[in-house]
Amino acid sequence: MPVKIAIASGKGGTGKTTVAVNLFHFIRQFRTNHVLLVDCDVEEPNDLIFFPDATPVDEKDANQLIPEINTDKCTFCRRCVEYCEFNAIVVIPLVQFAEINPGLCHSCGACLVACRDEAITEKPYSIGKIRSHTIDGKAHLLVGSLKIGSAMQTLLIKTLKKQPVNEAEIILYDSPPGTSCPVVTTTADADYVILVTEPTPFGLNDLKLTVDLLRELGKSFGVIVNKAGLGNRDLYDYLDKENIEIIGEIPFNKAYASVYARGALLKQIPKEIEDLYQNIIIEIIEKTGHYA
Amino acid sequence: MHEITLLSGKGGTGKTTIAAALASVARDAVFCDADVDAADLHLILKPDILEEHRLESNWVAIIDDELCTHCSLCVEYCRFDAIHYKPSGGLEINPFDCEGCRLCERICPEQAIRSERNNNNFWYVSNSRFGTLVHAKMGAGEQNSGKLVTEVRKKTREIAQNTGAKFIITDGPPGIGCPVISALTGTHKVLMVIEPTKSGLHDAGRLIELAGNFNIDIFAVINKYDINDQVTGEIEKYLHENSIPLLVKIPFDTVMVEAMLQAKTIVEYQPYSNISKMIHQIWESIAETEYTEVEKVK
Ligand code: SF4
Ligand code: SF4
Ligand code: SF4
Ligand code: SF4
Repeated sequence: MPVKIAIASGKGGTGKTTVAVNLFHFIRQFRTNHVLLVDCDVEEPNDLIFFPDATPVDEKDANQLIPEINTDKCTFCRRCVEYCEFNAIVVIPLVQFAEINPGLCHSCGACLVACRDEAITEKPYSIGKIRSHTIDGKAHLLVGSLKIGSAMQTLLIKTLKKQPVNEAEIILYDSPPGTSCPVVTTTADADYVILVTEPTPFGLNDLKLTVDLLRELGKSFGVIVNKAGLGNRDLYDYLDKENIEIIGEIPFNKAYASVYARGALLKQIPKEIEDLYQNIIIEIIEKTGHYA
Repeated sequence: MHEITLLSGKGGTGKTTIAAALASVARDAVFCDADVDAADLHLILKPDILEEHRLESNWVAIIDDELCTHCSLCVEYCRFDAIHYKPSGGLEINPFDCEGCRLCERICPEQAIRSERNNNNFWYVSNSRFGTLVHAKMGAGEQNSGKLVTEVRKKTREIAQNTGAKFIITDGPPGIGCPVISALTGTHKVLMVIEPTKSGLHDAGRLIELAGNFNIDIFAVINKYDINDQVTGEIEKYLHENSIPLLVKIPFDTVMVEAMLQAKTIVEYQPYSNISKMIHQIWESIAETEYTEVEKVK
C-alpha cells in the first residue's frame, strides 16, 4: 500500500501548492521516483503549471449520471418527486409535465427506485476532465479539472481518487482550500495531513477551523508555517497551546515569491529551501512509518 | 440598490483585505461575508452579533444495529460509498460521505435506517463600525456551503432593502464551484482581485469564463502587482482582450499585514497612503458606474 499524504490549508494562497509541488520534486530527488501527485483542487488546478516538461499520457471525461424522464411512459404519479431530497424534479400532472433539473441533481439514483413505470433513465453528463501526466515514466501527476459551471467538485475528487495509481509508493494529494466537503473527500484516506498556514490573523483563524475538522476526522497532522516572519506570534502560541507540531518553517522572501509567480518554482532552488524540504520529508516519512 | 461581489478564483490574493478596506470608504452600504468556508471579514470588522440563526443542514443516515439483519441492500444502493462493514461486525454509515439522499432509509426492508440533521451551520446579523454585516460559520465538513451563501446573501438584501442602503459589498468564496455559483447568481458587479502569478492568472481566467455565463459586469484590480512585472503584463493583456476594466494596480507592501495585525483596514491604518488612495479610487469607479443589467436583458 502506498503512503498517502494530503497537503491542505483552510485559507487559500498560503502556499499549499508550493509545498505540494516541492515535496513531489524532492521526494523524487531524495527518496523514490515512484511518486504520484494528485491535484484535488479541481476548481483551480495549478500543479501542472510548475512542470512544463511533463508529458500527457491520458485524458478522459469524468461523468455524473443525470436521470431523464420519458414523458411517453411517465404516469405523472409524482413518486419520484417525493423521493428526491434535492428538489431536482418537477412533475405537474395537470399539464403532463415532468422534468429533472441537472443543476440540482446529486445523482443519488433515488428517483429510479421510485419510478414503477420505467420512465426514468440515466445519461452521463460531463463534470470535468481527468488528465494524467508523467515526468520520466515513473513519477506521475494526476489532475482533475472541474468543468466551468459544474457544482460537482466532490464527485470529481472521488472519481479522481479512484484512478489507478501505477506503482506509486508515495501519493501526495493537493487539497482544495476551505473546510467543507471537498476537503473531507480529499483527506479521507490520507495517512497524514500537512497543513500549510501563514502567521497572520486570517491564516490563524482558518487554520483553527481546519484543525477542528481534522480532529473530528481523527487524522494525524502537522503544520508547515509558510511566509514565516511576515505576521506575528499568535499562530505559534496557538500551536504550542494545542500541542500541534510544526514540521517546517519557510521564511517569507519576496524574491522567492517572484520565482513562484513565474511558475519557475523548481528552478534554482536556494540551498536552505532544499535542506528544509529534505528535513520535512524525513519527518513525514518517519511519521507514516514508511522506511522504503 | 446594487451588490458588488469580490472574487478571486485563487485564494489568498487579498480579496478579504480589499473588501474590508472598501467597507471603510463605502457610504450607504451593507456587508456580507459569503466566504463561509473560511470566513475572515469579521476579524477586521469586529462585529457585535445581534442575531444568531441556524441553517438546516443535509440529512445524515444512521443504522440501528438492533434492527439491521446485514442484508447489504443499503450498501448496494448507496451511490456514495457511505455504508461499510465495521471491523467489529455490523454496518455503519460514514457521516462525511453520506449525501443525505435517504434512499437507504427507503429501501431497507427492516426499517433499520433513520436520518437526522446535525444542523451545525450558523449565520449572524451583526453591527460593525462601518455598518451591518451578515456572516456565517459553517460546521466542519458540511456539504451545503452553497446554501449558506444563498442564505447570507438573501438576508443582506433584505436588510439593504429595509434600510434603503444603496450598496451591498460581498466578500465571495474562492474557486469556481458550487459556493461561487451561489455567490454569482443575481449579483450586479464583480470585483476580481488578481495576483500576478501564473496560478492567479489561470484561476482568474476560469472565473471570468464562469461569470461570463451570468452576464455580470466585471472589474479587476491587480494586487501585489510588483511581485512579478512580467506576469502583471500578461494579466493586463488578458483583461484588455476581454474588455475588463483594470481599476488599479496595488503594490506589495507589508503595511497590509501590519494593518491586519491591528485589526484595522489599510484606510484606517494609513489613511493618506498611496494604497488608501487606490482604495478610494476603486470605490469611486465601481460605485459610480451604473450596472448594465437592463441593456444586457435586451
Ligand atoms: S438522481 Fe437523486 S437527486 Fe437526481 S433527480 Fe433523481 S432523486 Fe433527485
Ligand atoms: S415516478 Fe415515474 S411515472 Fe411517476 S412521475 Fe416520476 S417519472 Fe413519472
Ligand atoms: S438494508 Fe437495512 S437491514 Fe439491510 S443491511 Fe442495510 S440497514 Fe441492515
Ligand atoms: S442517505 Fe443516501 S448517501 Fe446517505 S448512506 Fe443512505 S443511501 Fe448513502
